[in-house]
Amino acid sequence: MMNTETVDVVIIGGGIQGCATAWNLAKQGISCVVLEKDHVARHASGVNAGGVRRLGRHLAEVPLSQRASEIWPQLDELLDADTGFKASRQIKVAENEADMAMLSKRVEDVRAMGFNHETLIGQQALRSLLPAVSPHCVGGILVEGDGSAIPYKTTTAFARAAQRKGARILEGHPVTAISSNGNGWEVNTPQQTFKCQALVNCAGAWGDKIASMVGDHTLLTPTALMLMITQRMPRFMEGVVGAANRPLSFKQFHNGTVLIGGGCQGFADRDNNQAQVDMHGLARYAKNACAIFPLMDQARIVRSWAGLEGVTPDKIPVLGPGAKPGVFHAFGFSAHGYQLGPVIGETLAALVQNNPLPFSIEPFRYNRF
Amino acid sequence: MKYDLVIIGAGPAGMSAAVEACNLGLSCLLLDEQPRGGGQIYRNVGRQTPKGKELLGPEYQAGLPLLKAFELSNCKHVAGASVWQISAQGEVFYSVAGTSNAVTAEKVLITTGAQERPMPIPGWTLPGVMTAGGAQILLKSPGLAADEAVFAGCGPLLYLVVWQYLKAGVKVKAVLDTTPRSNYLKAAKEWRAALAGRSYLKKGIKLLRDIKSAGIPIYKEVNRIAAIADEARSLGTVSFCTPKAELQIETQHLFLHQGIIPQVNLAMASGCEHHWSTQQLCWTPKVDDWGQSSQQRILISGDGLSIGGAVAASLRGKLAALQVGYENGKLSVQQRDTRGQPIRRLLAKELAFRPFIDTLYRPAEQFRKPVENEVVVCRCEEILLKDIKSAVENGCMGPNQLKSFTRCGMGPCQGRQCGNTVTELMADLSGNPVEETGYYRLRAPVKPLNLSELASLYDEH
Repeated sequence: MMNTETVDVVIIGGGIQGCATAWNLAKQGISCVVLEKDHVARHASGVNAGGVRRLGRHLAEVPLSQRASEIWPQLDELLDADTGFKASRQIKVAENEADMAMLSKRVEDVRAMGFNHETLIGQQALRSLLPAVSPHCVGGILVEGDGSAIPYKTTTAFARAAQRKGARILEGHPVTAISSNGNGWEVNTPQQTFKCQALVNCAGAWGDKIASMVGDHTLLTPTALMLMITQRMPRFMEGVVGAANRPLSFKQFHNGTVLIGGGCQGFADRDNNQAQVDMHGLARYAKNACAIFPLMDQARIVRSWAGLEGVTPDKIPVLGPGAKPGVFHAFGFSAHGYQLGPVIGETLAALVQNNPLPFSIEPFRYNRF
Repeated sequence: MKYDLVIIGAGPAGMSAAVEACNLGLSCLLLDEQPRGGGQIYRNVGRQTPKGKELLGPEYQAGLPLLKAFELSNCKHVAGASVWQISAQGEVFYSVAGTSNAVTAEKVLITTGAQERPMPIPGWTLPGVMTAGGAQILLKSPGLAADEAVFAGCGPLLYLVVWQYLKAGVKVKAVLDTTPRSNYLKAAKEWRAALAGRSYLKKGIKLLRDIKSAGIPIYKEVNRIAAIADEARSLGTVSFCTPKAELQIETQHLFLHQGIIPQVNLAMASGCEHHWSTQQLCWTPKVDDWGQSSQQRILISGDGLSIGGAVAASLRGKLAALQVGYENGKLSVQQRDTRGQPIRRLLAKELAFRPFIDTLYRPAEQFRKPVENEVVVCRCEEILLKDIKSAVENGCMGPNQLKSFTRCGMGPCQGRQCGNTVTELMADLSGNPVEETGYYRLRAPVKPLNLSELASLYDEH
């Protein structure tokens, strides 16, 4: 007879969202277990670019992102661990007047919502912040107080902190079936059965599969997002840089290596747990990086990789209750969920307890497509 | 452009495969890093003076007819090409003179050969310390050989290079032979293998006799070798122990060698499965009798498969070409097998010697796994033995996690110079079998690549 156990909440997925949820629940005295099919931070939560960014977010995400940015600077202390968080600036570069007009409109939109973290800057300010930027760049948006952290460290820090508060994190426990037992849910893994009142789906690139197990159908594309890193270079910049009109995410670490990404896709093979790079996409990153920072021309790439992430049609997450009581979803962050981790943990803990939220999550409902 | 077969590496395996494949009527492209064919073993074989030919010996000369046959074949040869990725879709990415290219291949044959086993002793990163293979490259490139050097380690290549230095009139200060005494006893039990390779054995004995009669001091059963810096932070002294004494020799050049192991980076990064060879103490690709790897498009042959020497590499290259010819419909299964048979007989004969050599020159533990805490293991990221020990104490289980813990193996060499050491070290420290401990998960590009080079690939599309 298989071992059956009862907990308040079962969380599916040991990425940053799942582990942050476990930590928030556990510290409020709610018993929970995280079921992770591989190991914590194995996929997108462990191998992303580590940008902690409010800049340029979809307007629906801005309030959540703003709240997350309040938590990030305290996170090391809260979790009693090193997440590698370093506050710095984020800049989105405009290469011509058309870019500038688009960015200017964007800053106005964000201000109209009552947020003023984004500031439009001109060419002179841009050059003083980024001396290595190409002379053709004319300005951009600046956000101070964003930054970056180390994804693997952050996610495992949430996991360890949750465990210290009594949450259990079971790795190598894939969910094989979910059923409603009239008075809650039953979740099966090959090793064990869990009975719970609430079920939280943080399954990332597998989020739609878990959702359909509880009868919620949504749209999600498993995607292989690519990054590459150079060998060490003399320090030439601070902060994280993107571009208004090119896929680019660009950051120099303190050790001198430069991380280049930007949302180009490789080959995703969700069923085999694999993501492979597509050199043609990386070539595009290379071209974009050299266009914005000409000194990158002779930089040497030492490594590239891809991670599996779930992307929704409108590129904002599925977040909120499912059709049946006691089901909550948080997946499909479409390559920008890392910064939101701390606030998603808070939000799901509130949803599970039926507490009010300080912002609307209506735009993220699972059945919007 | 799509080829039936793209071969990577122009050593004996690659050139033989190319000749065979072209004879079968396959369209064939060979990509190689060097300006001319020959690989490491036959480097510059087509361009030696009579004096050079003499000192590099008759086995080196044996590469010449193969090189000629290769040059006469229909195989398209791109020299100076550095291959940095093979995709699962059969695209082979490579750079020539700073520009990237991609070709599509029905089948890819990896013949990237061998590399020297890392020998992490105290001070091995000092300027002036190189490998014996490096010393040989200096010799094959006129006028670069280093005078008054000390050679340390074990394996046939070590003595071959010393002998070549001797013939070139370059003075060698001493040879420190690290072969443990117990190896001789174990190797004696492989007398059948020794007999099978008696022609090699005879040559080896002659080399040794020449070296001894030239008066080069040979220290036996050497252990605890350390390279010590001079005031200029370059190599100044080599210290070592023999069973009888602790000794020091002043020298500017120390050449280290503990045998060679397959160069597996490209095969691993392409997703080919590997296993740990307990005979040769290294990772080797899993292949069938023809060299077919676990990846449908990729075959592997030559010393990149397992160490067998130039003649075996050449034979394995031919077998791989026959298999590609069969899959391409140029040969029936019977034709393939019939043609393969005599090649296999020669191969078996050639490999019969290996158990003797592998046993005799099995590197001592202390030269595979450093003992002193301050010894550098990963040269690129300057990770010391004590850093790895402390990572394992903190729960780090294997080489991949070690990257997250310490950055070990994450530098430009992609673990070539530390991977083998790290695998064996971590197996020891964690008490797990080597096979289970595993290796670094390798990432493209396999060779360092400039951003502008990579960007040039985008221009095409």
